[in-house]
Amino acid sequence: MSGMAEIAPAAPETPLQRFVRDFTSNRLAVGALVVVLLIALAAIFAPWITPQNPYDLAQLDIMDGRLPPGASSAAGMTYWLGTDDQGRDMLSGIIYGLRISLIVGIGSALIAGVVGSTLGLVAAYAGGRVETAIMRLVDLQLSFPAILVALMILAFLGKGIGNVMIALVLVEWARYARTARGAALVERRREYIEAAECLALPRWRVLFRHLLPNCLPPLIVIGTIQIARAITLEATLSFLGLGVPITEPSLGLLIANGYQYMLSGQYWISFYPGLALLLTIMAINLVGDQLRDVLNPRQQR
Amino acid sequence: MTTVLDVRGLSTHFTTRAGIVRAVDDISFSVARGQVLGLVGESGSGKSVTGFSILGLIDPPGRIAAGRVLFHGVDLVALEERELRRLRGNRIAMIFQDPMMTLNPVLRIDTQMIETVRAHARVSHAEARTRARDALGMVGIASPEERLSAYPHQFSGGMRQRVAIAIALLHRPDLIIADEPTTALDVTIQAQILAEMQTLSREHGTAMIWITHDLSVVAGLADAIAVMYAGRIVETGSVGDVLDRPLHPYTHGLIGSVPSRNRRGARLRQIPGLTPSLLNLPAGCAFRGRCARADAACASDPPATEIAAGHVLRCFHPQLEVVA
Amino acid sequence: MTAWLLRRLVQAAFVVLAMTVILFIGLHVIGNPIDILISPEADQADRARAIAALGLDQPLWRQYALFLWGMLHGDLGRSFVFHEPALQLIGERLPATLELAVSAVLLAIVIGIPLGLYAGLYPNSLLGRSAMAGSILGFSLPTFWVGLMLIMLFAVRLGWLPSTGRGQTALLFGIRWSFLTRDGLAHLAMPAFNLALGNIALVLRLVRSGVRETLPLDYVRFARAKGLRPARVVGVHVMKNIMIPVVTVLGLEFGGTIAFSVVTESIFAWPGMGKLIIDSINVLDRPVIVAYLMIIVLMFVAINLVVDLLYTFLDPRVRLEDRG
Repeated sequence: MSGMAEIAPAAPETPLQRFVRDFTSNRLAVGALVVVLLIALAAIFAPWITPQNPYDLAQLDIMDGRLPPGASSAAGMTYWLGTDDQGRDMLSGIIYGLRISLIVGIGSALIAGVVGSTLGLVAAYAGGRVETAIMRLVDLQLSFPAILVALMILAFLGKGIGNVMIALVLVEWARYARTARGAALVERRREYIEAAECLALPRWRVLFRHLLPNCLPPLIVIGTIQIARAITLEATLSFLGLGVPITEPSLGLLIANGYQYMLSGQYWISFYPGLALLLTIMAINLVGDQLRDVLNPRQQR
Repeated sequence: MTTVLDVRGLSTHFTTRAGIVRAVDDISFSVARGQVLGLVGESGSGKSVTGFSILGLIDPPGRIAAGRVLFHGVDLVALEERELRRLRGNRIAMIFQDPMMTLNPVLRIDTQMIETVRAHARVSHAEARTRARDALGMVGIASPEERLSAYPHQFSGGMRQRVAIAIALLHRPDLIIADEPTTALDVTIQAQILAEMQTLSREHGTAMIWITHDLSVVAGLADAIAVMYAGRIVETGSVGDVLDRPLHPYTHGLIGSVPSRNRRGARLRQIPGLTPSLLNLPAGCAFRGRCARADAACASDPPATEIAAGHVLRCFHPQLEVVA
Repeated sequence: MTAWLLRRLVQAAFVVLAMTVILFIGLHVIGNPIDILISPEADQADRARAIAALGLDQPLWRQYALFLWGMLHGDLGRSFVFHEPALQLIGERLPATLELAVSAVLLAIVIGIPLGLYAGLYPNSLLGRSAMAGSILGFSLPTFWVGLMLIMLFAVRLGWLPSTGRGQTALLFGIRWSFLTRDGLAHLAMPAFNLALGNIALVLRLVRSGVRETLPLDYVRFARAKGLRPARVVGVHVMKNIMIPVVTVLGLEFGGTIAFSVVTESIFAWPGMGKLIIDSINVLDRPVIVAYLMIIVLMFVAINLVVDLLYTFLDPRVRLEDRG
């Protein structure tokens, strides 16, 4: 066994070094992280890297409609992933679609994270009736499937990016609240919180400066997974025609647009946006899984 | 006396990522009809693994690496799984340590007993039920007919162990392996069950291997004792030999750590140090790290030596003085 | 037991009541009820009459009382599109959705349990590993995309299965069902599998981890030590314990399956209530939306109640405890 030589490192590790080492121990997760970063970069720099601006009608040529992958336009440009019914380059459409999907997914996950964690922390810290009320609401929310809650909200509010995000936040906040409360209940019993309370620090300060940072690891894990869930749900809602408007097509809407042509064998209009969606979700989930293993050693199996 | 079980050089190893664990390492012993053998050692010394090895119930990553288990002269290690299964619960039965865990919580007592009867005897369901009821009565369970349709959680720990014993006795086995069956029970119930098991062994001539960490339990029950340490049997002999004339320093340590009436007020002696990890155990006597008498010789394996008739020892430096 | 049931019923009633409040707020406070409940095509006189008829000129609490009163009488308004009572519309499409959801759950059982069992018994086998990897896919793949791929493969490329619709149906108990005809079954296959995917992954993982946890337990070893056949040890002793969480989770997931059929029905043009609700949301046919949501909530509450009862029935430890 060569294990003996590795036991004593030269210098003590910082927590960050340790985290990096633990995270990189799984090659699949590292690969997934690279994919996530590439996707994010592509989405951020979409206007500069796409061959065409898919929403500038002047650049579209209806004569190029529904060309298969690899075909060339009259102007000599190659459509690597084909074109949709309006002659839009699918690759450009997908990168712009990723942008919308990521904005909606990450945005709603962040807002839900802030709202949910705050409520969860308050529940754990306040206890009593406040806690009962918040947690009852969480239980009620979680006993209904996400899609149903989202449908209900969109049925009342109508479509649109803003409303989709409201729906996603309302679907997601409960999970953060439950996680934050769980973590906070454990942390609350620790000495440093007692010490902070003995110093008569203001409650909000104990809550946000002392309790919150120590509850962060599980929240980060949940947050990562929730981003993937939000992207999936948004895509599903958009596919059903209840999500983003046609002027700002996310991946889900692109897939829906291609659906009608799929039956006639023109698979690429639906297939490639689906592949992009799949890759994004899987990569985020893999990163989230590895984060959970690294950040919550207790849950390791 | 006819020998029921003869274990020769049995080794059971577990292959783990960190290396090979020699849970049982080259042990030999035998049990005769009507005889009770006490297999004594600390937890982790390989007693339970020995029991499971005899029954062929070692799961991967574990395997029987060497040795023979002769049951009425037939080597169980070489036997096909199907034939081995015919012996289990039939000719060789086992009783486990924790009665709270041995009965399946979601099956009724009658289900768990009848399936055992019918696994080895071609009898009707009704006949099997009758046998089950009689077995319950035999181990002292009141109104067995009613108790048959109960679930395990409706029984106390002692009652559950009686049920487990009744299941073990269903086919009048030639050999019972009892793995600390009284450890989890109250002292009074422990005494009752010990007495009943002894009677059963005497009356039916059942051979028994009684696995325990408690010397005082086997003192009154066993005919012979085998002391196990770190996967090896370090000393075997009759109860008189091992308890009154112990030779191995470890046996001395074990006896010294049992409270007794005539040493009242004296400090209980403790064996210094901890049991060694069985993982990649170095050659030589495994006890040498905790032994006051150890020297350079102990770095090689002490051979099994028959000091007196039936009194076998694995030690270079037997401790002859008598314990108080 | 009765007291427990009664308490659960009261709890369920409260959940339903809470949902009516949420729906009422959604309808009357967030949205404009005049737009929501009165067809946009209505003229001025119609509007005024409708406002009076719906009591929209009344104070809010009275409006809520009216809303509740209507609901109790099964009056959830008329569809703007079909000009039929909303409840009746939903009722007509309910069987198709139930058929789809029940088929999906059955598929999850028929595929998930054997695969999970195999993966649990042979975790290092190729099939076991692939099943686990596949289950991760089953969780993270978006249902609608898988549905599209199924259509692309089996309907467009291979031409084995029809892509949309319910196919030929046959009457049973006065209701039309697809599963009774060959053509209907062919139409049912893809949507049912699509809807089942998540549940298959869920059941597979539950069963696998259940087997992994149960196998090393004493009562399983004891069952083997009794000489039972492997089929009986796994099929009865292991499975009976695993079935408790599986039934509970599948029961709870049944509601989610019905809710998720919204997606599957839209892809495969399955004429169930999920497809109806999407169409209704798209044309703002609000009475139908409200009716759908109310029915779904009632179903959820009923399912939770039934699962609780079932759980009590399955686990003897819970069954016999005083739950009052």
